[in-house]
Amino acid sequence: MKILIKDGRVVDPANKFDEVADIFVEDARIFKVAKNIKADADKIIEAQGKIVMPGLVDMHVHLREPGREDKETVCSGSRAALAGGITSVLAMPNTEPAIDSVEHLKILKEAIQKSAKNNVFICAAITKGRQGEALNDIASLKKSGAIALSDDGASIESDSVMLEALKAATKEEILVICHSEDKKLSNGGQVNSGFTSTRLGLRGVSSESEYKRIERDIDLAEKTGASIHIAHVSCKESVEIISKAKKRGVEVTCETAPHYFSFNDEAVLGYDTNFKMNPPLRSKEDVLAIRKGLADGTIDAIASDHAPHTENEKDIEFERAEFGVIGLETELAVSATELLGDCLLNWTKLAEKMALNPSRILGINKGTLSVGADADIIIVNPAKEWIVKKEKFLSKSRNSAFVGRTLKGFVEYTFYKGKVYKWNS
Amino acid sequence: MNWTRKDLLGLEELSKEEMELILSTAESFKEVSIREIKKVPALRGKTVVNLFYEPSTRTRVSFEVAAKRLSADVINIAAETSSVKKGETLIDTGRNIEALKADIIVMRHNCSGAAAMLSRNVNLSVVNAGDGWHEHPTQALLDIFTLKEKLGRIEGLNVSIVGDIAHSRVARSNIWGLTKLGAKVTVCAPKMLIPPGIEGMNVNVTYDIGSALKEADAVNVLRMQFERDGETAFPRQLEYFKEFGITEDRLNKAKKDIIVMHPGPINRGIEMSSAVADGAHSVILEQVTNGIAVRMAVLFLVAQANEKIKNGLFDSPQGHPERLKGAEG
Repeated sequence: MKILIKDGRVVDPANKFDEVADIFVEDARIFKVAKNIKADADKIIEAQGKIVMPGLVDMHVHLREPGREDKETVCSGSRAALAGGITSVLAMPNTEPAIDSVEHLKILKEAIQKSAKNNVFICAAITKGRQGEALNDIASLKKSGAIALSDDGASIESDSVMLEALKAATKEEILVICHSEDKKLSNGGQVNSGFTSTRLGLRGVSSESEYKRIERDIDLAEKTGASIHIAHVSCKESVEIISKAKKRGVEVTCETAPHYFSFNDEAVLGYDTNFKMNPPLRSKEDVLAIRKGLADGTIDAIASDHAPHTENEKDIEFERAEFGVIGLETELAVSATELLGDCLLNWTKLAEKMALNPSRILGINKGTLSVGADADIIIVNPAKEWIVKKEKFLSKSRNSAFVGRTLKGFVEYTFYKGKVYKWNS
Repeated sequence: MNWTRKDLLGLEELSKEEMELILSTAESFKEVSIREIKKVPALRGKTVVNLFYEPSTRTRVSFEVAAKRLSADVINIAAETSSVKKGETLIDTGRNIEALKADIIVMRHNCSGAAAMLSRNVNLSVVNAGDGWHEHPTQALLDIFTLKEKLGRIEGLNVSIVGDIAHSRVARSNIWGLTKLGAKVTVCAPKMLIPPGIEGMNVNVTYDIGSALKEADAVNVLRMQFERDGETAFPRQLEYFKEFGITEDRLNKAKKDIIVMHPGPINRGIEMSSAVADGAHSVILEQVTNGIAVRMAVLFLVAQANEKIKNGLFDSPQGHPERLKGAEG
């Protein structure tokens, strides 16, 4: 099929391109990007006043398959991703069973082959059962298709195990994604430690539990020369530590999630469990530091940490509710609303954080509109305001922190593998 | 001033005027308990359900007596013996109680925020009888009522709260209530039992019992809960008494008429000496008596308000006023 996208503002940071132009797509590949393309197309899409950018790459997604198909599946999650403009996701390995062996990885791989609606890349666990003790067979996991390693949801407690993990990952040239949390310090905490936790009468999670562990992980990466990526950065000190490490040449990248630059911990007053996540929403000062870190480039990527949970696991007492919120279908609009409105980022920077940088970090050939690249493209209406409605989610779960919010910026089309998806708000 | 809330969830969200209304209503109910026939028909035909997820005798009995003196029917549900054990969720339990056409749930729960959650999911009134470390509004109101009765005012008083502030719902409710009514509150505890950011609640913090007592018109002594760690408990109890226990010696250095309160049950020889507990400064038993009047007032006001809400006379202020503010970032 031949598709012509006409007169959109084409934003492609990989090629330093930001101009009104046409894109011609043939056989699911980008054939040409230029002004006034004259070509026979099966479908012409007028994109005047719209942003045309690479399909997004979300490097932190919990698809819950295998094991918790009641929360999400490869099928439902990847479809929700498409609606959010995300053409590639990295599936985290904290499934049941964890993706800690070739056998378990194959279960996921089969589900992907059978039902994925977009590109689902696999992140395998570092240790057996994500217990932080015995290293998995990293070489085989990589050979079977894992493109990154993480015990996400847990941090490897033992320094020596982490050191061995980083050495093994370096040898196999595979990225390690760190869920940096010292559970002895977070100590069963529920919300950010401070006035808010005291008001709510809930156990607090200090920023220390995050940044002390980031310090350790960076230190070990520096010693081994490993490439690490820090997941879900939420506080000021973490941004500072990562910024310093980058300046002295450590191979470290990091991501934050939309909720960390949209809400501070006061959002939890009222005990709404859709504001309960790990790490927790932090102070106003931390929110500013995250925004600044995005603007100055310390924070490389925005990823949703899409964490679907059933209503039974969320509509209960706050302390008993699961941590985590969904984000695939709102992340672009939230980022546009929060970050463009405050003039922290422009569309090029947003495309970097949400498509190009995650592709580069993961070493996948995505996130660009280069001629010959896969035609993973989205068209965004930057002016369209819409209200997030619970009943509209395509994800199996509804635990969003953004329900009821008016967002500005709407993904109108997603192009994936030659198919055109049109979305209505 | 009208009471317009269907629930009493905490003192943080109440205005000064709302608290004063509860206190003045309690004053008029106090007289009922000294009548020969200790009963008024204010809640006749209403059903009050005491839903207790934590063992409690004094608070439950106090609510039960209060409800009965208002002529309400009272049902007690102890979670240990109910379907809760079988895995029923709090929301389902609440809706089942609602289906029985009960009017008020009085709930004690070990999770902070449980009362707020229940209230959002049922139309009947919810009275928080203690949720986790969060709030215990009727305890604070009866403390305040007792103080006011003894000293004639709250405004300008120096009140010290001593003990495990971090894990205390009594402390939090007292702090919100007292500061709103114009008292100056000091909290005193070992450093590890002072929660982070407590200064944000407009209190002074001290780690020294002497300075906590020095200017105090009243001291509210919290129950220490050493049960959590078995073996080290005993030496720590003795050490706590030495550093923070309220003794006659310490009271002799305080204001002459200092009032000593305790929400009970007392650990004699840990938080305070027996001599203090039974001494002239202690108002501990009066607190218990006043608890009835305060709880009668609260049950009466929420029932009346909910009746009006059902009849469309006014809207129920649902949820938490800060909630929307927070959501805006």
